[in-house]
Amino acid sequence: MTSSHTNQFVRMAEKERARVNYFIDGQPATGLLGDTLLTAVMLAARRVHDSDFTGEPRGGFCLMGACQDCWVQLEDGPRVRACSTPLADGMRVLTQSRPVVAA
Amino acid sequence: MNSAERLDFDVIVAGGGLVGSSTALMLARRGLKVGLFERRYCGAQASGVNYGGVRTQGRPVEQLPLAIRARALWSRLPELVDTDGELVVSGHLRLGRSDADMAALEAYARVANPFGLGLRVTGGAAFRERYPWLGAAAFGGSLCPTDGHANPRIVSPAFARAARAAGADIREQTAVTGLRHDGSRFVVSAQHDSGARIDARSTWLVNAAGAWGNTIAGQFGETAPIEPIYPNMLVTEPLPRFIEHNLGVYGGGVYARQVTRGNVVIGGGRGTGDGEYAQPLTDTTRRVMRVACELLPALREALVIRTWTGVEGRTPDDNPIIGASTTTPNLLHAFGFSGGGFLLAPGVGDVLAEIIATGETHTPLDAFGIGRFLAASATTFATTPDTTTTHPSTESHE
Amino acid sequence: MKPATVVIVGAGPAGVRAAETLVAAGVRPVLIDEAARAGGQIYRQPPEGAGFVRTKSELYGFEAGKADALHGAMVRIAGKIDYRPRTLVWAVGRNTLDTLRDGQQESVPFTHLLIASGATDRILPFSGWTRPGVYSLGAAQIALKSQGCAIGARVVFAGTGPLLYLVAYQYAKAGARVEAVLDTNAFSRQAAATPKLLKSPSTFGKGLYYVSWLIAHGVRIERGVTLLAAEGERAVSGVRFGRGGKEHSIACDAIGFGYGLRAETQLADLAGCAFRFDALNRAWLPERDIAGRTSVPNIYLAGDGAGIAGADAAELAGRRAALALLEDTGHRVPAGAAALEKKLADIARFRAGLEQAFALPADCTAAWPDDMTVCRCEEVDAGTLRRCIRNGEAREINRLKALTRVGMGRCQGRMCGAAAAELLSAETGRPVSDVGRLRGQAPVKPVPISLAFTAGDDAPLASPDDSDE
Repeated sequence: MTSSHTNQFVRMAEKERARVNYFIDGQPATGLLGDTLLTAVMLAARRVHDSDFTGEPRGGFCLMGACQDCWVQLEDGPRVRACSTPLADGMRVLTQSRPVVAA
Repeated sequence: MNSAERLDFDVIVAGGGLVGSSTALMLARRGLKVGLFERRYCGAQASGVNYGGVRTQGRPVEQLPLAIRARALWSRLPELVDTDGELVVSGHLRLGRSDADMAALEAYARVANPFGLGLRVTGGAAFRERYPWLGAAAFGGSLCPTDGHANPRIVSPAFARAARAAGADIREQTAVTGLRHDGSRFVVSAQHDSGARIDARSTWLVNAAGAWGNTIAGQFGETAPIEPIYPNMLVTEPLPRFIEHNLGVYGGGVYARQVTRGNVVIGGGRGTGDGEYAQPLTDTTRRVMRVACELLPALREALVIRTWTGVEGRTPDDNPIIGASTTTPNLLHAFGFSGGGFLLAPGVGDVLAEIIATGETHTPLDAFGIGRFLAASATTFATTPDTTTTHPSTESHE
Repeated sequence: MKPATVVIVGAGPAGVRAAETLVAAGVRPVLIDEAARAGGQIYRQPPEGAGFVRTKSELYGFEAGKADALHGAMVRIAGKIDYRPRTLVWAVGRNTLDTLRDGQQESVPFTHLLIASGATDRILPFSGWTRPGVYSLGAAQIALKSQGCAIGARVVFAGTGPLLYLVAYQYAKAGARVEAVLDTNAFSRQAAATPKLLKSPSTFGKGLYYVSWLIAHGVRIERGVTLLAAEGERAVSGVRFGRGGKEHSIACDAIGFGYGLRAETQLADLAGCAFRFDALNRAWLPERDIAGRTSVPNIYLAGDGAGIAGADAAELAGRRAALALLEDTGHRVPAGAAALEKKLADIARFRAGLEQAFALPADCTAAWPDDMTVCRCEEVDAGTLRRCIRNGEAREINRLKALTRVGMGRCQGRMCGAAAAELLSAETGRPVSDVGRLRGQAPVKPVPISLAFTAGDDAPLASPDDSDE
């Protein structure tokens, strides 16, 4: 049986919070103030990046900054660990393959 | 107390790093009976944690014949040790950061190219256009197209495995506890971590004990002014491939390579240690990060995931010690590679096997004799770690 | 005696109580924490100033009182300590820590260091565990507690340990759909361990309560299972498990799993602490005495970072280590050490019961197919590891790592180290204690190269350098 969900996480509580506008792969998205970047993306999708070598989808794992499987690239360059990065207004995260370095 | 295991060999090799393992392999391939004693695991020391450069360029000219011979063996790795060691013939690009550096690179090319290195020095606008991923700090560079890099963690154990398969008796976790020559043969006692003892005899002894080579040399009344050094290393997460060549700089200070999987390995500066164990230093790591970004600006946002170091033996002239003992017949030294042993080691093993099997070698070794230091100074500042030391860790440096 | 500079790493139960004890004695420690707010994992607080409204009772259930007390302690001492949240300690030198905050490097000197680095879930892999939708039990708890989210719409919880039932209970109570709880341990194990578990009756009682509540609310509980696979191509669509000689499947879109906890010991390793293998934790741990002193004179350990004992023990150990620190720095030492040590010993006996009740699956590697990922960072599968071991190329974990890359990725073996050790043990027929240990090395977590460009950081090289590789 395949799931018809397009999002992994489900909000159960704390829904009355300020909205935060951000971008996933150039597309506008919204989260709530206090979401981590990983939470926000996993509420909108079922993956946050692809594995380095086989390109299989990954959605984070430990949520506590131990597994290091949620590092993503922001469009302006820095790498951030999504589970420990607060979502900020205007944040532009890339989840597809990393932009080519230099050249 | 159990009695010791009694063994007889044509050659005993002390030390199971890449030098010792390749020596054992080459001797076994020539049909000689070889025993090798390694107190930890083969390839666990400098052989396993070094930068991984397979580099002929930049060596003093006296090393070049040996380097060329070694480089030819590197191309035969699959046939010799059943793996290519992840050798990438990426070329080695030695960068110049000033006009003076460029002049020095040109001068070196004139001296080295007769040996067949094929060096090409370029700079200026053509260089900038060819290498957009290099920072402005790089004025130009000298490219050796046949140089490259490989994976030290798999190469060294591969030589030990191949030596064993060729008939060598490779004993890991076995420290040499006593060494002497009784007038006709070498008498070597050794002990396994389990306590089992070995009492061995051999016609020849090869001292391939790396940073601890002086301990053995000292047993035979000759030591060299070796100091332990701890090359500081760091590695990034996998990155999209952008560094085409194995990179170095004229004058030293930083070297970098990108492996097929994308990680960038960067070396430079020193860690700290006591001659036996070593740790990287974060001050060095941060300094090298800055220098690396001057040359490779795209590294700036990359994540570093590990730093490490190892214990290397360095001589005052940065040339290795290779060749006959000045005190004892049938004793050959091969240690003190001063950070440049990875490329050379397969060639060294081949040369030593040639000397033992035929009595001579066509590869000049005069510049590497242990005797070259005896005239200069009587002082040594080598550490003398106890070769019988047991310790809780196995591969401790990386 | 020259003035001491005391630094505590970790603002969980151990670190906070240690800081509190030091403050009461007139010491002003530095307290460094990677998280934005104090509390560690179990008492993790939601983000501040973001409009989170749930009460502590809703967040922490039976532990609300303890959580509140710990948070309150932190509030009281915050003005009397040098508190540095959102700061990663990435290296430990002889008398300096390297830290990273907001992308900036800062070196923090210390004369005395208390490491209270806590724990993560202990993970053993199963087929498909890298799929989106598979999370650790700790992650599932953090998602709910700290973000108000469930990890999925239909969740299965699996593995073993008290956390398994606690998280399942918390999810069901919060209104999430819990399809099943799959415990790899048989009920008989928990029954047999009862005498030891009764050493901590309230904890035992709570454990029983969670299980009873789940049953009463119709949550399916299966025991004595073998976790086989997460199903689904691009994300979880179900879980497959074995029980009673048969295979079963449950449709779900998320799996939270874990097998107890594992100590975060990398900083203790960098600090030079001696390690020994601990049978109860089935892991290498830094040595410490009951007071929290280690093999290194000015280094102390407290809490789960030195061996799993739970939050109550962490608070006690934090206080006890602070007393040792006070003694060693020439301060007057308040009474209480003996009482703390007695309580810690009681908890230790309880822990033995927990390990018995919630043991790791025996012979766990037998269920791992060759194409199952063991190292998720480097994508190394079980078959690769088995071939390397069976070829005789590696009998020890560092050699296995060198040849196969297991443990060489961004997480540096946190998630795969236990699995690699179990494989080595199973394949070579030696106990896990004999297959070696992975060494911690700086940086203990990935750091950006850009940190080296912090203004004013012009640290020279340690010695003249003309290396040219």
